[in-house]
Amino acid sequence: MMIRTDLNIIQQWIHPTSRILDLGCGDGELLQTLAKTKGVWGYGLEIDADKITSCVARGVNVIEADLDEGLSQFSDNSFDTVVMTQALQAMRYPHLVLGEMLRVGKQCVVTFPNFGNWRARSYLLSRGRMPVTRQLTFQWYDTPNIHFCTVKDFEALCTEKRIRILHREFVAERLPDRYMKGIWPNMFSDTAIYHLSK
Amino acid sequence: MPDVIPENSVGIVTPQAIHFDEPLVLACGRTLDNYTLMVETYGELNADGSNAILICHALSGHHHAAGYHSMADQRPGWWDNHIGPGKPFDTNRFFIVCPNNIGGCHGSTGPISINPDTDQPWGPDFPPLRVRDWVESQARLADKLGIRQWAAIVGGSLGGMQVMRWALEYPDRVRHAVVIASAMKLSAQNIAFNEIARNAIRSDPEFCNGRYLEQQTQPRNGLGLARMIGHVTYLSDELMGNKFGRELRSGSFQRGQDAPIEFQVESYLRHQGDAFSGTFDANTYLLMTKALDYFDLAREYDHNPVEAFRHASCNFLVVSFSSDWRFSPERAAEIVEALIAADKNVAYTAIESNLGHDAFLLPNQRYEQVLTAYINRIAAEISSK
Repeated sequence: MMIRTDLNIIQQWIHPTSRILDLGCGDGELLQTLAKTKGVWGYGLEIDADKITSCVARGVNVIEADLDEGLSQFSDNSFDTVVMTQALQAMRYPHLVLGEMLRVGKQCVVTFPNFGNWRARSYLLSRGRMPVTRQLTFQWYDTPNIHFCTVKDFEALCTEKRIRILHREFVAERLPDRYMKGIWPNMFSDTAIYHLSK
Repeated sequence: MPDVIPENSVGIVTPQAIHFDEPLVLACGRTLDNYTLMVETYGELNADGSNAILICHALSGHHHAAGYHSMADQRPGWWDNHIGPGKPFDTNRFFIVCPNNIGGCHGSTGPISINPDTDQPWGPDFPPLRVRDWVESQARLADKLGIRQWAAIVGGSLGGMQVMRWALEYPDRVRHAVVIASAMKLSAQNIAFNEIARNAIRSDPEFCNGRYLEQQTQPRNGLGLARMIGHVTYLSDELMGNKFGRELRSGSFQRGQDAPIEFQVESYLRHQGDAFSGTFDANTYLLMTKALDYFDLAREYDHNPVEAFRHASCNFLVVSFSSDWRFSPERAAEIVEALIAADKNVAYTAIESNLGHDAFLLPNQRYEQVLTAYINRIAAEISSK
C-alpha cells in the first residue's frame, strides 16, 4: 500500500515526462499519479492477478512478471527511473534485483520497511518472538517479506555494490519517531526511501 | 436448444452477406475480382461511428460469434461467453462486427464457392491467402459499414495475428488491439502439427487432389483426423487427464475378457473429428493452416519485431493462458517485449488455466475480469470525447 508521504517524497525525484518502470506496481496508483502530476510514461510489473486487473481498469501499462526472474526483457538504461516501493524485502535475492534495477534504469528509487525500528527491536527483545507490528503484520511462517533489512544493512549493501546514494529520506508516522527519525533513522524510521544511481 | 433466450444473450441474429465488387489484389499476386463476406453484427453503431469493435476469428471460426440463428440451435455462437448485453464485449455500448473471412466455408467467398471462370467450385484453385488479405478485406468491410476507426480489434490465435497485422497496416484505423493466445509467428513444432493435419486430409482417397466437390464426395476421414490432431494440441495434458483419465467406454481388462477395449478419450476424439468433418471444408482447412504457418509479423520489417511495432499507434492488451502450449505465454511475452521496446502502451497478463489453447474460447472468471476492465476503459474514452 502506498502511503501519501512516500509518494510525495518519490515525486520530487522524478523528472517530468521521464520514462518510468515500477517494479511491483500494485494497483497502479503510483504510475497513474506520476502520469497525472509529472506527465511520466512507463510500465509497471506485477505478479498478483487482482492487482493486474486493477491496473488494467486504471489504464496503467501493467506487465505480468515475476521480479525474481530478473529484468532480462529490458535493455540497459532503457528507463530514466526504476521504482520499487515496499517490495525489495519480498525478493528472493534483493541484491540481484537491485543490480538489475540499476542496469535497466539510469536512476532508481527504492523504499523498504526499516526492520531496525525500535518497535521491532523491542518486540524481539521483550517477547523473544519475531515482530508482528502495524506495518509488519505477517507471522514469520507466512510472510512474503523474506529478506528484511535495516537502514544500516541497506547502506552497507550500497557501499559493497558501489551504488551511489543520491538522496535518502525517512518516514515515521507516530511519536516520538517523527521527531527522532532525522537524528537516528535506523532506530526511528518506519520506512526508508532511497534515490540511487550507478 | 434454448427454451428461452438468456437475458444476457444478443438473442436471435441473422447474418448478412455483403458483396464487394472492387477487385482485391492478394498477397500472392492473384486477384479476387469480387467476393462476399458473411457478417454478423451486434449492438448499434453510434452517431460518430466510434464504438465499433471488430472480432477476428481463428482457424475454424466464422461470423457466428454470439446469439442464436434460431430457437432450434443447439449452441450459441462461438464467443457467446464474451459478447452480449453486460458481457465483456457489451452490446449495449458497442457495435460488434464479426465477419467470416474469405477462404472460409461459412458463406464468405472461399473454396466451396463457385469460381466464375469455370462455373465449378474453386476447390484447390482458390488463391492461397495471407493474414494481410483478411485485414484488407476487413478494412473494406469497415468502409462499407461507415467505420473509419475501430474502437478495438480483438482476436485469439489466428485472430490475434489479424489484430497485430491491422495495427501495423492501418495504424490510424484502430485505437485498441486485443491480442489473445497468439504469436508473432509459429514455431517449427506448430508448423509440424499443421503439416500432419494437412497430410491426413491429402492422403484421404476421397480428397481427389482437392476436387472432391466436383466428384461429389468429401474427405471426411482425413478432415476428421486433422481435427483430432489439432484438438489434442489445443487441450492440455492435465485437462485430458481430468476429463478422461484412463476411463473405458467399453470393454474391460478383466482376465478372460476379450471384448474390444475403447478408452473414453478415443471415443471423444472420434466424435470431435466426426462433428467437425461434417461442417467444415477440407480445402478451407488447408488454406487456413497455411495462412497460420506463413504469418510472420516482422518479415517485412527486416525480421525485427520492434521495428514492426513502431508502425503501430494503438494501445495493446495481450493475454495468454498458462497451459497453452501451442501459443504459449513465452510467445506472448515476445510480443510484449517488442511492444515495450517500441514504446507502445501495453498491458499483459498470463491467465492461470488448465484448458490449454482452447481457454481463449471458454469461460474463465479472471479472463472475463481483465477483458471487462479493459473494455470499460475503452467505453469511458468514447463517452468522455
